[in-house]
Amino acid sequence: MAKEKAVPTWDVSDFDNWKTEDFPIGMVGLEAGNSRDYATGGWRSDRPVWDESKCKHCMLCWVICPDSAIEVVDGKMTAINFDHCKGCGVCVGECRFDALKMVPEHSEEA
Amino acid sequence: MATQTTVSETGNSFVATAYRQVAPEALFAYPITPQTTIVEEFARYVANGKVKTEYVTVESEHSAMSACIGSAAAGARTMTATSSQGLAYMWEELPIAAGLRLPIVMVNTNRAIGAPINIHCDHSDVMAARDLGWVILFAENAQEAYDHTIMAIRIAEENDLPVMPSLDGFITTHSISRGEIMDDETVTKFVGVHQPKHSMLDSDNPTMVGGFSTLGNTYMNIKKALRDAIDASLPSIKSIGDEWAAQTGRSFDHVETFGMEDADEAILVLGSAAGNVRAVTRKLRGEGRKVGMVKLRTYRPFPAAELADVLKGCKSVAVLDRSDSYGAIAGPLAIDTMAALFKAGVDVKVRPYIYGLGGADVKLEFIESVYDDLADLSDGGLNPGLTYLGI
Amino acid sequence: MSELTEIRWHARAGQGAVTAAKLVAETAMYEDRYMQAMPEYGPERTGAPLKAFTRISDQPIEVCNNIENPGIVVVLDETLLSSIDVLEGIEPDGAVIVNTTEPPEEMRKIMKAPDTVTVATVDASGIALDTIKRDIPNTPIVGALVKVRPIVGRESVDGQLLKTFGKKFAQEMIDANLESVQRAYEEVLIDG
Repeated sequence: MAKEKAVPTWDVSDFDNWKTEDFPIGMVGLEAGNSRDYATGGWRSDRPVWDESKCKHCMLCWVICPDSAIEVVDGKMTAINFDHCKGCGVCVGECRFDALKMVPEHSEEA
Repeated sequence: MATQTTVSETGNSFVATAYRQVAPEALFAYPITPQTTIVEEFARYVANGKVKTEYVTVESEHSAMSACIGSAAAGARTMTATSSQGLAYMWEELPIAAGLRLPIVMVNTNRAIGAPINIHCDHSDVMAARDLGWVILFAENAQEAYDHTIMAIRIAEENDLPVMPSLDGFITTHSISRGEIMDDETVTKFVGVHQPKHSMLDSDNPTMVGGFSTLGNTYMNIKKALRDAIDASLPSIKSIGDEWAAQTGRSFDHVETFGMEDADEAILVLGSAAGNVRAVTRKLRGEGRKVGMVKLRTYRPFPAAELADVLKGCKSVAVLDRSDSYGAIAGPLAIDTMAALFKAGVDVKVRPYIYGLGGADVKLEFIESVYDDLADLSDGGLNPGLTYLGI
Repeated sequence: MSELTEIRWHARAGQGAVTAAKLVAETAMYEDRYMQAMPEYGPERTGAPLKAFTRISDQPIEVCNNIENPGIVVVLDETLLSSIDVLEGIEPDGAVIVNTTEPPEEMRKIMKAPDTVTVATVDASGIALDTIKRDIPNTPIVGALVKVRPIVGRESVDGQLLKTFGKKFAQEMIDANLESVQRAYEEVLIDG
């Protein structure tokens, strides 16, 4: 069992009003992995569309996605997380099975 | 019970002994004259099992400071040492160490920077690093260099600031002099065990170090916090110095003086030349002259109020800088002094000098000539501005 | 002696001038006095002329400038005399000690030493070859130095040598060094 975290959740809700002394020394981020809380999906102009029927679940897209936006359950890809996908298209470029393609964000295929 | 041993060693040997006694968990170093014998001697201590330190011989000073930053962020007590071009090569990393508030200790052996190439003493290297958020101490002699090195680790870890104790290249680093070395146990107890606030290697409590801070006020707040911390370190340095003094019997003050109780003319100086100035001051006072000398051991944070207070009874003060701030009205110490006096509302005439660049000998008659210049200034003589002493 | 004693050493790099400067300084510390020893720093190449300095005092030494007016000058290599003014800045009542087989009167002429300056000579290289079996005149010449100017006690030199060499060298090497000091102490010739 994992040790209890010293800082279970880092409360940054009032960040905009922080005074100098409220910042952690050296701007250490007290909670690693918090990019989950930072939605970057809005940066997208194109989006990948996943064709599950062609997908071999090889996990190559999962490996190379810079935003960890490929969702996987029990070794199988289940979806793309569009809260974090920036639409870079790397997954589409690397997919060997034509299971992913890029389409304009506001097209009918999207 | 603290026991001290009287030894005769080079300045660098005193410093290497302090490193061994502080026993950092990690040290990353690249050799450069006149720092080399510090890291050489320390390497021997490591090789002979006298100290358990992860000693990494890196490929450059830039790498040395980069590795120190990583190591300190991982929570290890981390040290290095450098000089001159080496410090210059580290420059990019120096403000990062300070901005991340990492308690790294790095002794600098003060040496001129090129061009022309010169391996001898001046303060051009350390002064070019003065505005980056490092605590900077100047040692007059090997004994002070030893004491500062031991104090430095406490100053660093208690204030979350990198600290640069400095000693003058060759003059102090390579000459053999008499001094006292504290017993290992007392030093071990004095420096204690480093308790980092965070460790990047603590996988149960992962943290992020070196994050991005773009538009908005975060960057400015983090920089303000650094300013507040280095200001606040001034009393902390003094109390750590006092605590060490209680063990050694050697006092520590940011501002140390001789003859200032009734001086009309004073000379302010940093580093090894303080001894020469004190010797001349003692001689002239013996002849009835009202002269005094002031030496700073702490340069950053600048003990402005204390310095202004010490100088307030004088008619004139000469500030001797061992480096220039090209294009500014004087050398860095003189500028700091003028600002300190102005801020305190103390009206003392300041005459700035540049001396001893590239190891140029600080002859005692030069010091005497400065006092003569000052006597004239006190009597209403003209202040000719910046003077390069001895040429 | 309460005042500051300043010594300048002339040698070629590799002849052990710094070691000699250090030995005298450490002998002073052996007597619980204050000392300073430093080479003249520069690019060091074996055979190149170099200088080293020693200061001794009963009080802590605060000055760190170059020694320009030495009370004592020691010359470890007489071939330096043709290219270097070893007496430059020497105190009027100073002393110069030269490693040579020549008598002091002859050396006085060669160096054009003023009458007020004491000139002493000793064959430190010869003594070193006899005793230590190597031409390292730096140890024996210290024996001559303390005879000419008793800046440290004769027995303190032995004491310090034993302290320095005791841990590192075989007994015969230690004895050879001690003998070299004693012979130079006895054999040094002094003029003035």
